[in-house]
Amino acid sequence: MLSLARTDNSVIAHWWWTIDRWMLFALAALIALGSVLTMAASPAVAERIGLEPFHFARRQIGFLLPAVLLIFFISLLTPRSIRRLAALGFLATLLLMVLTLVLGHETKGATRWLSLAGLSLQPSEFAKPFFVVVTAWMLAEQRRHDGLPGNAIAAALLMTMLGVLAAQPDFGMAALVASTFACQLFIAGLPYLFVAGLAGLGVVGAGAAYNLSAHVRSRIDRFLNPESGDGFQIEQAMQAFGSSGWFGRGPGDGIVKRTIPDAHTDFIFAVAAEEFGLVLCLVIVLLFAFIALRGLLRIVHEDRLFTMLAAGGLLAEFGLQAVVNIGVNLHLLPTKGMTLPFLSYGGSSLLALAIAMGMLLALTRRHQDPGDLP
Amino acid sequence: MIDAPPAGQPAILLLGAREQALRVGRQRLALVALFLGAAFCLIAGRLVELTLLRDLAGERRASQAAALKPDRAEIVDRNGLLVAGNLATASLYADPRLVFDVDGTADKLMATLPGLRREELVERLQLPRSFVWLRRNLTPRQQQEVAKLGLSGLDFQAEYRRVYPLGPLAAHVVGLTDIDKRGIAGIEKSFDAELRGRAAGGEPLRLSIDIRVQHAVRDELQRAVAQFRADGGGALVQDVRTGELLALVSLPDFDANDPAAADRDALFNRMTLGVYELGSVFKIFTLAIGLDSGATTLGQGYDATRPIAISHFTIRDDHPKARFLTVPEILIYSSNIGAAKMAVDFGTKVQQHYLQRLGLLQRAPVELPEVGMPLSPSPWREINTMTIAFGHGVAVSPLQFASAVTTVVNGGIYRPPTVLRREPGELPGQRVLSAEASQAMRGLLRQVVLQGTGKKADVPGFHVGGKTGTAEKVRGNGYARRSLLSSFVGVFPMHEPRYVVYALLDEPQGTKETHGYATAGWTAAPTVGRMVERIAPLLGLPPVAETVAVGELGGRGGGNEGRGHKVAAQ
Repeated sequence: MLSLARTDNSVIAHWWWTIDRWMLFALAALIALGSVLTMAASPAVAERIGLEPFHFARRQIGFLLPAVLLIFFISLLTPRSIRRLAALGFLATLLLMVLTLVLGHETKGATRWLSLAGLSLQPSEFAKPFFVVVTAWMLAEQRRHDGLPGNAIAAALLMTMLGVLAAQPDFGMAALVASTFACQLFIAGLPYLFVAGLAGLGVVGAGAAYNLSAHVRSRIDRFLNPESGDGFQIEQAMQAFGSSGWFGRGPGDGIVKRTIPDAHTDFIFAVAAEEFGLVLCLVIVLLFAFIALRGLLRIVHEDRLFTMLAAGGLLAEFGLQAVVNIGVNLHLLPTKGMTLPFLSYGGSSLLALAIAMGMLLALTRRHQDPGDLP
Repeated sequence: MIDAPPAGQPAILLLGAREQALRVGRQRLALVALFLGAAFCLIAGRLVELTLLRDLAGERRASQAAALKPDRAEIVDRNGLLVAGNLATASLYADPRLVFDVDGTADKLMATLPGLRREELVERLQLPRSFVWLRRNLTPRQQQEVAKLGLSGLDFQAEYRRVYPLGPLAAHVVGLTDIDKRGIAGIEKSFDAELRGRAAGGEPLRLSIDIRVQHAVRDELQRAVAQFRADGGGALVQDVRTGELLALVSLPDFDANDPAAADRDALFNRMTLGVYELGSVFKIFTLAIGLDSGATTLGQGYDATRPIAISHFTIRDDHPKARFLTVPEILIYSSNIGAAKMAVDFGTKVQQHYLQRLGLLQRAPVELPEVGMPLSPSPWREINTMTIAFGHGVAVSPLQFASAVTTVVNGGIYRPPTVLRREPGELPGQRVLSAEASQAMRGLLRQVVLQGTGKKADVPGFHVGGKTGTAEKVRGNGYARRSLLSSFVGVFPMHEPRYVVYALLDEPQGTKETHGYATAGWTAAPTVGRMVERIAPLLGLPPVAETVAVGELGGRGGGNEGRGHKVAAQ
């Protein structure tokens, strides 16, 4: 354990005493759990598609150190630096996203991936947290006496982001981005009349997606009526939960990971349930709930609107993503390709989450120099 | 949207607006937290539900078991004995997507379930489907052994299997179903839809067959087929008042529980699907037509001194008396010449008319799918009329023939044959012969057994009447001398006919006891006699004193309704 004196004035000591340490522990626990679950779930998938068994596990662990370092270094930054980082990062990733549409390779019917120096990158994953911070900035800017027309800029950025995501297409992420933005508007004090209007817009958007996209339609139809299509993944997931009990079948003894194509990504929660049981699943849910709720209740005492909106947005996005993924696994929501933060396999996702959580930790540090933030 | 404060306002107010925004923000953050917290609680609850509270596999089994009801009605005999029923079994299937080790799974199954083919098994286990049958209808022991193998991707489906507890006993009537319980022969086929429809109500389908009678008849026929080394045989018992068939046997037959073991010959119903030229038994109709049409009377006679030569054909008697024969003598001694002359007397038109009304020229209206189309000559010349008079030239199914005999002895009313039980109130039928002609025929048929070719069919106390028929089987364009179709139609008790018993032997061979004869009088007639002896007590008929003559009884009138067995007291 670090033993740092309160009076120590070094950067590390200052960081240690101002950071949300409980949050830090919770994140560390999640990352550790993620490594274990990737080891459990991914060999079966790798074997099935003809790869060396620990292919995915090795790669995931390779991303571990960069992710931890990212969290640490970003959390050292001041809110002002975070804002700059987000603005630059957003511009860069938006550019990469557009580039992906042109140069990217198609996987499972969507163009989301960009090959960069032998690594596959999903720029939209990185754009997601930057976008949250940038919109928070813009919404806060609107409240300043002589600030920028933030609302309009934020709306324009949202449209751009959604447009590119729809072109890939990646409706799941588009929905997540839009929902997060709605959350931020809500926190920013959007009148309830508008909230109702926005909810209506969401329904219309969902309806349009249902009517215009055969893919979305089949997903929803299958959820509403499992008999109609092959709800195979869900059916297998249900069996996984059904056979788990308190402590599961035991590590490595799971069956569904051998049949569910996305066992190491979208359905890792079901694998965790089958092998490790209800107790571990409740621990996972508790960790996500702890991070989201502790974060939100902590920034209630914040007296800067930007921090409130940026941290609130990041936490809402994190929480929503977890809720949707677990909801799908538990057959509470239609199947939607959304990863479970820190637990699902995926390098881009892990690094992007590290950035998001690094920014969150930086924004929620105590006793900082506020600078001239609104 | 959030409006910026109007420009030019004092800074203190601006500060107030900022505080206001933060206050709203705090409330809203709490609401977002509340919402997420609720979502996580919902998730935790659902987790507990799925992992602990719900037994999904159990639910699936229970719903499967609850949904599983016999989907086919039972078939019972006329007394309610089970003939075709349903047995709950387990069938093994696989979800090939969940079978990870195809070879290992195949090896273990091969060692446990005999009779599986490895190639086929391996192929099935790799089909891109979610459901393939591996083996239907396992025994409980087999099911347990397969379950103990603990193979992934395999499961059991409870289902009902069609079972025939009596094996081959009534196989040709009941028929059989395929593995998916679709009727493919017999009553199972012709009443397929109805049996499915009735399954819900649970009301079984009731046959006219009396299993006790069926067993006795089959047993005697089997003995006769073995004794005379016949290719096969057939027998039936028909109620002359209702047309119901109490027994219908065709040998060889098959076990409907194991249809794969049956060859084509065993699946062939000689009694309904086969059509044959039955020979002298047809003389019954010739006499009945002659008497009913008024063309002849019991007191008349015909000259049978010499064979009849017509076109390229000579009609002779098998046991020529070479003299003038009275009408009764023509039947008693089975004279081809006499029958032919009598037929010429009433003519082709009359013959066709009566044969038609007796149901001999069209398919038997029985409920089985296996019904043969009778063959009749076209054009129908006088030579045909003459040969048909003694049973050659028209080929009919034995069932058709028996139903026509039923008409001759029951007072003259044609009752369509049936294998389903008829309620007393609903008897279809039409008059074909007069009661007087029918009464006269009873006397004549009794005489055939008392004095003529049917002596060996007599059973003391049961007044059997009947007629023999030995036909040479058609081979190519002619008749095969040594390939016989020997049959005997019996009726009892002759003073008040209740049942027609018909037995037919396909190519019987003579034995030492029969002095080498394979003709009906030596083979089929004694077989019918033994059948009568066994079934009469089952049918509740008491023996009657031998002194009662048919003629005496006939004096009381031609009807046979409601007279019971008063004669027995005499």
